[in-house]
Parts: sequence; structure tokens; C-alpha cells
Amino acid sequence: MKFSEAWLREWVNPALGREDLLQQLTMAGLEVDGVEPVAGRFSGVVVAIVEGCERHANAEKLSVCTVFDGEVHSQVVCGAPNVRVGLRVAFARVGARLPGDFKIKKAKLRGVASEGMLCSAKELGLGDNHDGIMELPQDWSAGTDLIQAMQLDDVTVDVDLTPNRGDCLSIRGIAREVGVLNNLAVTEPPGKSVEAASDATFPVHLAAPDACPRYLGRVIRGIDVSRPTPYWMQERLRRCGLRSIDAVVDVTNFVLVELGQPMHAFDLNQLSEGIVVRKALEGEELTLLDGQQVNLDTETLLITDAQGPIAIAGVMGGARSGVQADTQDVFLESAFFAPLAVAGTARRYGLHTDASHRYERGVDFQLQAQAMARATQLLVEIVGGTPGPVVERSSQEHLPQPRPICLRQHRLQALLGVDIAAEQVDQAFVRLGFAVVERSVHDSGVSWQIVAPSHRFDIALEADLVEEICRIYGYNNIPSRQPLAEVALKEVSLEAHSEAALKGHLAGQGFQEVITYSFIDPQLQHWVDPGQAPIKLANPMSSEQSVMRTNLLAGLIDTLRANRARQQDSVKLFELGLTFVPQADQLIQAAMLGGLIWGRRSRETWHGASGLVDFYDAKGVVEGLLSWAGATGVSFAPCEDPILHPGQSASVMLDDRNCGRVGRLHPQLESQLGVDGIFVFEIVAQAAIHRPHRVYAGLSRFPSVRRDLAVVVDQEVSAAAVEKVVRHALGEVLVEFRLFDVYVGKGIDSNEKSLALGLTLQSRDATLTEDTIGLHTEAAVDALRDAFSARLR
Amino acid sequence: MDTKSILAQAQAAVASASHLRALDEVRVAYLGKKGALTDLLKGLGRLDPSDRPAVGAAINAAKGELQDAIEARRVIIEQAQLAKTLAEDAVDITLPGRRGGEGGLHPVTQVMYRIEALFVGAGYDVVSGPEIENDYYNFEALNIPAHHPARAMHDTFYFGDGTLLRTHTSPSQVHTMETQAPPIRVICPGRVYRRDSDLTHSPMFHQVEGLVIDRGISFADLKGTVIDFLRKFFEKDLAVRFRPSYFPFTEPSAEVDVQCVHCLGAGCRVCSQTGWLEVMGCGLVHPNVLQMAGIDAEAYSGFAFGFGCDRLAMLLYEVDDLRLFFENDIRFLRQFN
Repeated sequence: MKFSEAWLREWVNPALGREDLLQQLTMAGLEVDGVEPVAGRFSGVVVAIVEGCERHANAEKLSVCTVFDGEVHSQVVCGAPNVRVGLRVAFARVGARLPGDFKIKKAKLRGVASEGMLCSAKELGLGDNHDGIMELPQDWSAGTDLIQAMQLDDVTVDVDLTPNRGDCLSIRGIAREVGVLNNLAVTEPPGKSVEAASDATFPVHLAAPDACPRYLGRVIRGIDVSRPTPYWMQERLRRCGLRSIDAVVDVTNFVLVELGQPMHAFDLNQLSEGIVVRKALEGEELTLLDGQQVNLDTETLLITDAQGPIAIAGVMGGARSGVQADTQDVFLESAFFAPLAVAGTARRYGLHTDASHRYERGVDFQLQAQAMARATQLLVEIVGGTPGPVVERSSQEHLPQPRPICLRQHRLQALLGVDIAAEQVDQAFVRLGFAVVERSVHDSGVSWQIVAPSHRFDIALEADLVEEICRIYGYNNIPSRQPLAEVALKEVSLEAHSEAALKGHLAGQGFQEVITYSFIDPQLQHWVDPGQAPIKLANPMSSEQSVMRTNLLAGLIDTLRANRARQQDSVKLFELGLTFVPQADQLIQAAMLGGLIWGRRSRETWHGASGLVDFYDAKGVVEGLLSWAGATGVSFAPCEDPILHPGQSASVMLDDRNCGRVGRLHPQLESQLGVDGIFVFEIVAQAAIHRPHRVYAGLSRFPSVRRDLAVVVDQEVSAAAVEKVVRHALGEVLVEFRLFDVYVGKGIDSNEKSLALGLTLQSRDATLTEDTIGLHTEAAVDALRDAFSARLR
Repeated sequence: MDTKSILAQAQAAVASASHLRALDEVRVAYLGKKGALTDLLKGLGRLDPSDRPAVGAAINAAKGELQDAIEARRVIIEQAQLAKTLAEDAVDITLPGRRGGEGGLHPVTQVMYRIEALFVGAGYDVVSGPEIENDYYNFEALNIPAHHPARAMHDTFYFGDGTLLRTHTSPSQVHTMETQAPPIRVICPGRVYRRDSDLTHSPMFHQVEGLVIDRGISFADLKGTVIDFLRKFFEKDLAVRFRPSYFPFTEPSAEVDVQCVHCLGAGCRVCSQTGWLEVMGCGLVHPNVLQMAGIDAEAYSGFAFGFGCDRLAMLLYEVDDLRLFFENDIRFLRQFN
């Protein structure tokens, strides 16, 4: 909410400078978000009278004027279309400085001397109006400094009000708050109620009294909408961030800002029979004041006449009944709509108006009559007309019922953690205008029964009173202390790593952690998971962030591409985060650990060039990670993954359960991405966080011995199969199996390969003899021969 | 030759031996089985018995002297050789070593872990939860019914089916209250989502919320905890102030400003010349929220607080654009390794 400081000070004027006043508001929970001067910086501009005005001989659009500034008569060339004799104008004398440090000098325009300038509002930083020069009130005397005349030593203050403080959405509301804070009375400007000067009324019926429990209407006949809004009102509205439209709209806006009551004016002659306030019927439509046509739903509260809807209650009026330039008779509305009846309506129709903003938060239900009186008074002053009597329809039982709320001193003290004297509470209630209907003294302290004033509809519970007392007492006067708690030890799982340790391990392996968006580009999502439809955001910020990732690859790939574009030649990334996989009856939100490597294996150094990463780098990371985690039963199985290279990819198996994958991206995908040689892995985070509990397995006291074998097998035979056969054949005595060379080439068939196996043998019971060792080696060779027709090389 | 001359000759040979093999040759030549001094001893029998003791003693003395000389020389030669080897083996220690790549944790993660460490040290548990939530856990259970104007404070991402991306980690607090009886002391770190993007807002960011519920928990306890946290997080004795504010799930509610960590209150670009930084929201848990979670609001009270980790990371690391955290430029990330 924007308001003018000068206007506020007319209501309540604490002995505080501007900064202190604004600071006080912020510290009371009315956060000041911005402060703007109401005018640009200028000097040397005075009120002057145009005494003569002639066409410029050499320029069609220029006028040569004589102006009197109270002391001298000057000749000024002016280009404004509205300059004319008799006008009071803002005259920048020679030597004046205008905003932007623009200095006014004597000049010649098309051969005619000009001593000064007549200013538009925009030129003085007084708004955007640049259609012509400012037209000042006729009763201002020539020579008065404009800053003084316009009281420009003022600022527009923007307060960011929290949703509970709808009562502060007006000058009156903020003044009331400043009054409370400074313990000052608030002076309402003198408003006089205008007596009815005719009998003209227009019927009103409340058909939905729960949604609209009070509605005041008044007919004013014979107004002249062509009369301009007075300068002072335009200026006040401008300083509160509102633009002047016409006198009728300006008056309703003025009352809205001044008192906080939204009002609406209908063209009486466009209304038929009478006003009915009701919920919309199926299929009803309304063309709004802004020209938009809306289909109304049956939840919507409407103002209607015999022909149908004329306004969405509390949100916006309709075009049919709007006040026009030729409107002569108006019907003024000042109503109380229940917040819940209006809440959500504006949003459903994509509208947000000053009225809906206030009704949603709550308007003082006792304010309608005062607002009607104020609006009538202003309207009659400005556009004339004959007011009829105020017609009020209300449903007492549906109006908010002020209900006593109890505050217990011991509860207050327990919740705030400080002893607050009962007298301090009494005083705070007085300042807040909270009526104490009962005050009783018990062993546990005083308790109060309170009725909050009608504008404080946010006060409903004891907690609300605690907050109010806390606010008046001062948040910063509450002591601070440390909470007391029992010192109970917490459980520390024997079977879990911390996520931090897991990340630390990967960082130690040269991986950089990244955090990428959970919502991603649908195209990329489709590329990295063609078989899975992701879930879509109904209201994404952009299409590039519109679907939820089903795996972590898209973010890693995007990060690679961005870094590659910045000349990185060795990239190792990981991310730990949730993925969102919709399944038949539920959404799986699983934490995954994803990694990507690309480019050089290590940075180029004097030790020699390193090669590019390959499958075994990626696999090694996964092996190392799972071994670090303490996982047993890890194996790698061929996999058919549509996004991975069919010959360079594997499923990561943990005790025959699939817990992830590793491999090179499919060449087709790589070419779509425009990047080669991307290796990724993705495993269920839990697989690396779970740490099986270990017990000591004993150590052999006897020496171990190693025997190396070179066996030739068919190319098709996998290393894992060879290992499995050897392990099976030797059992416990084989304490380590190492495959230390793979040879293909001269000396063996082209469809064969030679594997160099290092077998470390050790017994728990005895030193192995040469004979035993020979038997074991033979057993291994026999088993390999049986399984793969393997032969020794 | 007499003992003396042999000794002198031997000593000269020792002195000129430049390596261990030469020195050993000297030893063999004089002290070996057929060595010159050994030969002298063998010749003792040919001497007059009365001379033998004296001559024998002289030869033995010479042997001893020579052995000492050889030993001393050996040490010198060995040292010289060692020095030579060391010199030969010296490397340019300024050349870079062989190492794995440069890895590290994301700065936001580092800040999260720092925050966790501070609270875990004080007995808090760390809880996490799903990021896609339903309306009840994100709003209703937090005293934000449908149509509540406070919903406008959370510009929410929705899925068509009524689920949404959590706008705060408060749903984790609700889950905790539903499943755990007081006393409760938890922090809930995690990703949250709001439709907002500029220098200081990202549609995805990280929050840590804290919740304490016990008997006798007061606003003073909240203040103490928040002030303690901010000072220990920044390792600075910063001024902290509390301003009344509004959150539907707390009452009284407060915004917390901390003295600018950059200029210490003098006024700078970081704090928009105000000297203060708005860093978190907090308050006493609203009785409606306690009741909805099945906790007796008369017997128990609690406080809750919440703040953006990314914002604290920006302040701690002097990062001026929030979006940098999610661009994942390796050059940026490495600055925090």
C-alpha cells in the first residue's frame, strides 16, 4: 500500500522525523518497502499567470506568451497545446534548475526571445503527464514558490503489509497504527454527512446475506461528470499511486484510500428495477469495466439488477452499468462482503483490484455508513447533484459478531518468557482500543476478556492477543535465552554412512558436486528417458523448466554442455537428489546419485598426456564407491538401456538386485547432444549410504603364495565368468583374484584372447605345500577348460 | 719394513682410498690373512722371546690404529656417497605432483552441512521429506486454508492433480509432529520451489526450517536460539533484531534482521545502505497448527524458524547473484573447494 506522508500527518503527527517515523512502522510490522519523493528536485519554479498568448509567427505549434510571476512580466515561448490567457502555470524562471540538473537560460526559439519555461507535470517529476503544461488552481497567487504551494516536501511511502493487517490498507488505518505506537489520539478530518435532498432511492435486496450481510445504496441525481477532479484530490491520489480517471471514480478511489472502504458507482439509468446481491446462476456472463467478458461460476457473488449481473461483488463492476461521460444520475454502493465470499474470486478470474485486495483481507464491517457520507459529500462538492436518502440493508445475524477473547497473564508470561505486569497489559489494551469487558484476578494472575474493535478482524484467539501485547511491549525488549532440554543421546545407526561422507568420498575422487533444477526441458527429458512419461507442472515458469526429472542425467548433461562451452576439457560431476517417477498408482520420489565424466582422464601435466576417459573410468568410480560404502555382492551385468551404448554399459547389481547403471551414452544420443564420449553412472543413493555391519573374520597366520596363469579363451568369454569359475573351483583358499592382463594378437587365434590371472592362495590351517599349490592350480585350469575350453598359453 | 713404516704406508693408502672397494683392498693388503701387518704377527715367533711382548704389542697397536683409520675412512666415504646419491636423486620440487582431479562440494551443500552441524550439536535431529507434496501438508495443516491471502505469499508450482512442489520445508515439520511426540527438536533442510526468478530469487532454492516443541517453550527461547545461530554461523558478534510479521503458522511471528555481515552496519551495497539484512522468519507455533497435528496446545508450546540457505551462502561467500549457484560453472564451484 502506498501513502503520502503529508496526508498521514494530517491524521496523526507524532514528534518524529521522517526516517524515525518510517523506521517505527517497519519495526511495528508494517514494513516500509520504498520511499519516493513526490516530485523531482527543482528550484526557481513559481506560480505565474498567463497574461497574453499569441501564435508564434514562424512556428505553428508554438505560442508566445506574457507571464506575470508576481514581480515581473516575462515573455516565454511555449509549445503546449493548452496554454491560454488567464491560466495559473508553473513557471521556471531564468536561473531555475529542473530535475536532471537542467538549467533554464534565456533562449531564442525560432527568432523569438524566451525568458523561462512553462512546465508540464512530467518536467517537474510530478507524474507522467506531458500532454500539456500544468493547470494550477485559480486561487493560487502569482510568485508563490511551487514547492511551497504544492507542499512538495512529501514522500510516497510503500508499505508491504502482511495479509493479516488489512486494517492498515488506508490512511486512516495507518494513522490508527501510528497513534497506537505513539500513544497519540488520531484526528479524523472533519467530514459532514450530507442530508438527503430528495426522496430518490433504489431498492436493494440481500439474497445471500451470509456473503453480503450489509449493503448501503444511495441515489444522487443530476451530477456533471465533465467537471474536473480538483487539483488537491488528483495530487493526493497520485501520491498514493493512483491515477485520476474522472471525478466519480476519483471520489470512490479517494474514499478507498482514505478510509479503506471500497465503493462503486453505477449509472442509475442503466439499472432496472432494483439491486439483488446473490450468487451467480449457471451460465451467466458479465462484461467487465475493462471490456473483458467472463463466464461466471456459481461460487461467485454478484451485484445484479433485473437484467442480470452488473458487478462481481467486491472485485469489479460491469461495463453496462458503468459511469460514462454523459451519466447524470448515479447509484453509490458501500457494502460489506464477507472475506470468504470474495476470497479466491479475484484469482479465479485473473483479476486483482484494490477492492478485492481489501475485501479478501477484511474490511471494517462498521465503516460503510461513514464511507457513504464521505463519498456523498465529496461528490456533491465536485460534480453537484441531489442526494437521496441512504438505503441500508443488513442481516445482523450474518455480520461478524464481536466475541470476547480471553487473555491469561500466566499464559502471556509463559509464551513470551518474560514477566509483564498486569498494568502494562491494561495500558496496551487502551492504546489498541481493545475493550476490556471483564478483568479478574486469580492466583495465577489476572485474566482479561477482550472485545477487539471492528477493524481488527484478525483478532480471534488468545495467541492473537499475546502477539499484540508482544508488539506493544516491543519484540526487542523480550529477553533472549537458551531453551532447556533433556540431554538424551541420539541414535547413531551402525549401518549407515552419512550423506556428507558419501559426497566427501566422491569429491576426494575429483568429482565436483552440482545442484541442478528438478524441473527440466521436456525434450531433454525425453532424450534421457524415452520410455517414461514425466509429470508436468501445470504452471511452469518456462517450457525449459516444465517437467520433473525422472533421472539425474539431464541436469548433469546440461552442466557438461555449459562447462564445455567454457573450454573445460576434463569434467567430473555428481549430484545427489530426488527423481520423480510416476507409476501406476503412485509417484516414486527416490534419492539417486548420478555422475558424469567426460574429456581427459586427468589434467594435462608434465607427467605425460592423459587419455580420454572410457567405460572403465566410470565403472571404476562405481566400484570404488560401492567398495568404500562397504557393499558386498556387487556385480555388473549386461544391460539393455535405450540411452546407453549397448556394448559399453552395465547394470550395477547388488546381491542380484539392480541398483543402478553405468556406461557411455548411446552414440545417437551423443550426436543429438552434439558431444562425444560422455560416460555416466546413476545408482540408488541408498545403495551407497547403506553400510552393512561387519564382524571380524580372523586372519590367517600362514604365508600366502601367488601363482600366475595365462589362459587362452574365446573372445566371447567375459572376465567376470572366468573369475566366477576360478573362485568356484578354488573356494576359500583363493584369497585374491587379480586379472592383470588381457592380450589379443600375435600368437593366438584372432577370435581368442589371453587373460593373465594372478591367484593368491592361502590356508587358514597350514602353510601350503608345493604339492597342494599344484593341485589348486590344476583345479583352476581344469575348471576353466571344462567351462570355456580354455587352455594354458 | 718395520711396523711403523707399514702403518704409515697403510694409513696413506687408507687416506687415498676413494671408494669402499679400494678401502677394502687396503684392509686385505694390511689386515687380511696375507696382509702385511698379519705377516708381521706371523713373524713374531722368529723373534727373541723377550722382544716378543713389546713388538707384538706394537703390531697390535698398529693394527688397532689402522682399523680405526679404515672405519673412519669408511664413514667418510659412505657419507660422501650418500651425499652424491642424494644430489643425483634431487628433483625439482616445484613441478606439480601427480594427483586426482579437483573435486569438491557445492557451496550451498557446504552451508547446509554447516547449519546442520550447529543444530545437531545442540541436540536437534535432521529430517527430510518429499518435495512433491499435497495441499494439506504444504498449506492446510499450516493454518493456510484455501483462498487464504497468505497463499499469495507463496507463488506455488502446481501439478494438475492437486499435488504441488513444496514452497517451504514446513511439510516435513508437520510429518514430524504427526509421528513424534514432544519434545521435538528438528531441522528440516531441503529444496523448495516458488515461481520467482531474479538476482535474489530462484524458482528452486534451499531452506532450513527448525521446530522445537516442548513444555514451556517461549518467545525468549526462540530469540536466544536465533541470535545464537546467526552469530555462530557467521562467527561474528552481530546485532540481531526482531520485527513483527505474519505467517499463518506462527503467532507471534517475526522477521529477523541481522546486522550487515559485510559492512557491520555502516551501510553498503549488500544491505542496500540500511545496515541490516533480512534473513529469516520465525515465531511461536500457532495453536491451530499444534492442534491439527494432535498436540495439546495448552500443555505444549513451540517455536519455528525458517530461512534460505542460498541466501546465507550468498552472504557468507559474498556471492552477488543467486542464480550462479544453479548454473554450476565449474570455475565458480571450484572457488569454494
